[in-house]
Amino acid sequence: MFELLGISPQVLLGQLLLGLINGAFYAILSLGLAVIFGLLNIINFAHGALYMAGAFVAWILLHYLGIGYWPALILAPLIVGAFGIVLERTMMSRLYKLDHLYGLLLTFGLALIIQGLFRNYYGISGLPYQIPSQLSGGQNLGFMFLPNYRAWVVVASIVVCFGTWFMIEKTRLGAYLRAATENPALVSAFGINVPLLITLTYGFGVALAGFAGVLAAPIYSVNPNMGADLIIVVFAVVVIGGMGSILGAIITGYMLGIVEGLTRVFYPEGSAVVIFVIMAIVLLIKPEGLFGKEAR
Amino acid sequence: MSDVDNGKALLRVEELHGWYGESHVLHGVNFHVNEGEVVTLLGRNGAGKTSTLLAIMGMLPKRSGSIIFDGTEVIAMQSRHIARLGIAICPEERGIFASLNVDENLMLPPRIQKGGMEVERIYDLFPNLKERRRSQGTKLSGGEQQMLAIARILRTGAKFLLLDEPTEGLAPVIVQQIGRTISALKKEGFTIILVEQNFRFAASVADRHYVVEQGGVIDMIPNADLNNSMDKLHGYLGV
Ligand SMILES: Nc1ncnc2c1ncn2[C@@H]1O[C@H](COP(=O)(O)OP(=O)(O)O)[C@@H](O)[C@H]1O
Ligand SMILES: [Mg+2]
Repeated sequence: MFELLGISPQVLLGQLLLGLINGAFYAILSLGLAVIFGLLNIINFAHGALYMAGAFVAWILLHYLGIGYWPALILAPLIVGAFGIVLERTMMSRLYKLDHLYGLLLTFGLALIIQGLFRNYYGISGLPYQIPSQLSGGQNLGFMFLPNYRAWVVVASIVVCFGTWFMIEKTRLGAYLRAATENPALVSAFGINVPLLITLTYGFGVALAGFAGVLAAPIYSVNPNMGADLIIVVFAVVVIGGMGSILGAIITGYMLGIVEGLTRVFYPEGSAVVIFVIMAIVLLIKPEGLFGKEAR
Repeated sequence: MSDVDNGKALLRVEELHGWYGESHVLHGVNFHVNEGEVVTLLGRNGAGKTSTLLAIMGMLPKRSGSIIFDGTEVIAMQSRHIARLGIAICPEERGIFASLNVDENLMLPPRIQKGGMEVERIYDLFPNLKERRRSQGTKLSGGEQQMLAIARILRTGAKFLLLDEPTEGLAPVIVQQIGRTISALKKEGFTIILVEQNFRFAASVADRHYVVEQGGVIDMIPNADLNNSMDKLHGYLGV
């Protein structure tokens, strides 16, 4: 059948895998954006920069302190999350009473500053980051070669996305978060510390970005622009999935990664724009997004 | 229950002013509630009853004057700290969370004091809720949502309840069930401010009635005098 279309199964499966890897990153990043948007009503333009910062923190930990990939996978998200908490406490929290546009402008400005700082110190040529030895090499599946590290990225992304979904949809803390998303004033009136919830949510959302950055470091070179390139696509993913929908962000992330991979096989010229075309169509037909609820 | 102000009121509201942005809606509200009393706020739509409850709970954006609860001045406190003193609200729009199921809605308000009702007891009081524990909160009927909104604040241990029109738009059997619940709570020592339009219902559960008009309390009627005050009350309420 593949031969009929003039496409070898190796190419198809190879692109599917690549799509799945991209989807893994789209899913983690759009999940973080959706969590933040849900509670803070802020489109976090700094998300891409914090993803990049996660990759850099991993590189810095290794380069200066000799701390390897596995500890970095925990430490870098914690550091990025703590940095996010400082940003939220000192700057973003002052803007909640104003129009959402100000939050967008602030995070956009922060993104430029963070990128600028890293560009200033590390240039734009990109820094290499080794695949951890446990995950080098790959598996010959007969029909294709599967690099171990890429398989790990997909597994790690699925675990983190599922864990986040579970925490938000199935736990008591998640119930606070969902309720505060709907009606923060009433949740406060029950004695719950909503500002703290908001701070932790932002910290968690950007920690997810930092985690994705560490996952990405061995695949893409660690580069100050790595987030800026990716985040535009991720915004499109969030729009398609529906702002603030947790499950929507995850599923749409994987789906669009795969769609992009398939497009690269069947119509390579379209692969760079296919997500934006889908976004335009979704906006026309279902403006609230595939998984979004009607605007309140 | 004594209707005299013996200076030991559990809640004392004095010269309370309140604003939504620039809009000044409470113009010096004065009243008090003694421990164990059920007191109503009666008045036309837009008189300021809901705003008064929101001010007590710290949910009105801007307020001034004095609200002393159990010896603590709460006028400038944040609502989450006021809640921790043992006050809980059942809001007019009920405030059932659509993204939470019935169980999660019930368990949402944290326990703030000892002596909150056990969940089993709550489900005994409201058996319909138990059957629908896993349903989305807003999929319940209006009456069930109202019961859920009352039930969830009983779990917290708060002994001072603010109930904003709990019978609004509900069928008579459900109104009766809510009436029985309020009477039962009163027997257990709860103190309640009840905002009501339905004053037959108000008369069946309350000790005293405050009449609210244009952002102020203009009269107080003990429940025992209610029958003799009907003409006056009809005048106030325009019914
Ligand atoms: N969110 C709000 N923003 C501005 N004005 C409001 C708001 N809510 C109520 N008001 C105004 O405040 C006044 C008192 O309203 P409210 O306390 O809801 O009265 P009641 O509960 O007695 O019907 C009314 O004039 C109403 O229009
Ligand atoms: Mg009202």
